[in-house]
Amino acid sequence: MTTSGVNAVEVEDLHSRFGSHVIHEDINLSVKRGEVLGLVGSSGSGKTVLLRQMLGLEMPSQGSVRIFGQSVHKSDRSELQQIRNRCGVLFQKGALFSALSVFDNIALPMRELHTLNETMVRDLVMLKLEMVEIGSQHANKMPAELSGGMIKRIALARAMALNPELLFLDEPTSGLDPVLSEGFVNLIQALRRELTLTIVMATHDLDTLAALSDRVAVLADQRLLALGNLQEVMSTKHPFITKFFLGDRGKKALGSNGYIL
Amino acid sequence: MSEREPIQSSMQISRTTGQGGEACLLLTGSCTLSALGRRMGDLSDELASYASDPNLHWDLTKIDQMDDVGAVLLWRSWGGSRPEYLSIRPDQERLFSRLGKAPPLPSLPAREPLWIAVRIGGGAILLWEHLTSIVILAGQLLLDMKYLIAHPARIPWREISANLFRTGAQALGITALVGFLIGVVLSYLSSKQLQMFGADIFIINILGMSIIRELGPMLAAILVAGRSGSSMTAQLGVMRVNEELDALTVMGIPHSLRLVLPKVIGLGIAMPLVVMWTSAIALMGGMVVAELQLGLSYQFFLHNLPDAVPLANLWLGLSKGVVCGMIIALIACHFGLRIKSDTESLGIGTTNSVVTAITVVIIIDAIFAVIFSDVGIR
Repeated sequence: MTTSGVNAVEVEDLHSRFGSHVIHEDINLSVKRGEVLGLVGSSGSGKTVLLRQMLGLEMPSQGSVRIFGQSVHKSDRSELQQIRNRCGVLFQKGALFSALSVFDNIALPMRELHTLNETMVRDLVMLKLEMVEIGSQHANKMPAELSGGMIKRIALARAMALNPELLFLDEPTSGLDPVLSEGFVNLIQALRRELTLTIVMATHDLDTLAALSDRVAVLADQRLLALGNLQEVMSTKHPFITKFFLGDRGKKALGSNGYIL
Repeated sequence: MSEREPIQSSMQISRTTGQGGEACLLLTGSCTLSALGRRMGDLSDELASYASDPNLHWDLTKIDQMDDVGAVLLWRSWGGSRPEYLSIRPDQERLFSRLGKAPPLPSLPAREPLWIAVRIGGGAILLWEHLTSIVILAGQLLLDMKYLIAHPARIPWREISANLFRTGAQALGITALVGFLIGVVLSYLSSKQLQMFGADIFIINILGMSIIRELGPMLAAILVAGRSGSSMTAQLGVMRVNEELDALTVMGIPHSLRLVLPKVIGLGIAMPLVVMWTSAIALMGGMVVAELQLGLSYQFFLHNLPDAVPLANLWLGLSKGVVCGMIIALIACHFGLRIKSDTESLGIGTTNSVVTAITVVIIIDAIFAVIFSDVGIR
């Protein structure tokens, strides 16, 4: 595989169908190492399905997904585990384990490695909590006692627990107020400055998209409509793109991020 | 474009002598989680042994990559503070300064000195809470019934019929299987004993009385408590987790009327029917073995059954079914509504619901046995 060094994620010739309902037709997509790819599409366009297929949670009807050059759907258990240890995932609702405290939620992936001793785990968890600006007094709380914004940030800390090279974010700012969203965006930007992070992000939020993504992929009508930087994507003529980026809200969001419309 | 090497070389430690003749420790390679991997434990010991020498000069500037795991590894081997002679790069400086600032994990509150008393008292209060809230729920159901009698158009027929189907019709298979096998076993063991006394004919009395009066209702009730009780509790619990219960409240639809009452009525109707079914199948199982073991024909068995078992026993069995069915549903709903929105409480609630329902069913059976001790027995 010649491209495996450059691309973190490669989606090739991907089709998905649920019964007779077609969701994707012939999607080809690659994510370069170190870039942030924003995945955009209307509700029901299959963003989440595509993301889940990249994570190996769902099988595409046809085609393949490779992460770091390894097929997600055909690798054996230990190969898959190696891929998974290099990936972090932030689910839309956080998906914190409600039976575990904040501390144990973040410590879980570290303990699963069986290479770190408990003092190191404790230091690392406190570092991660500090990274996402959660005070140490919350470490022993249960997820049910936390607000939505805190759950998102702790879920990010858990996703970052093993210092992944590749991070998947599913609607990272949904359910956050504008101030928290901005804080979240700043947090991701700060992380990118310190670590070589590749990010695949499905989002509806134009502000987040404009602030974070290097390239944007637009899904609509079962196809990949456009792939490129925001300026290129916006110049594609399609009713969905026009409505999404150049509607009133879109203009406001993009204008404030310095894009020329 | 230069391709990044996916597998980094792990950290190497070498002792050198610096320009001033001082002892130096030079670290090279990658000091990250993925690069260190399984060497973590050995490295930690090795570094700690170096760190015991306070005059050693640590040189980290040649390290390719260091992440927070590597930083913590070094930090821990230094014993939680920087060594006296340390040369690092600015990006590493950031990591270590963050480590120095990271707050310790707050300790959990210590255990109360009187924790046994607190535990027992808490248990008693909890039991009292359960009792009162079940009574309140039952009272609410009575008020709902009164309301529905005044407003018959509001009776939730669809929910009642759905519950009837789920708890009754779908339970027929498992109750038939268990009932048949119990009938077979009971008949086999009893016929062996009866043969010794030459009292073969009394197999009809033994099977008829025990199955119709006791075993049929109890088997059905325990199976339904496990099967339908758990699913009712889990359903309400998931509705709580999903905020569906709150959605119903804000629409002005009371939980008791729309969720609890149809379950209680549905199971109150389904249960006696399931009891009758279980008893019939168990008797069939007993009859088959009686034929094989003792040579009693089916016609003879069925003809003599009404003489051996007074009709009152059937009514007793069916009324046990009605009471047990309604109580099982009530307990299941009570525990379901108490579930909080986390997975652990869902599991505990479902377990408690089933255990309580089965216990209460057996208690009800005992109460019936005492009250009706001289009914239907010749």
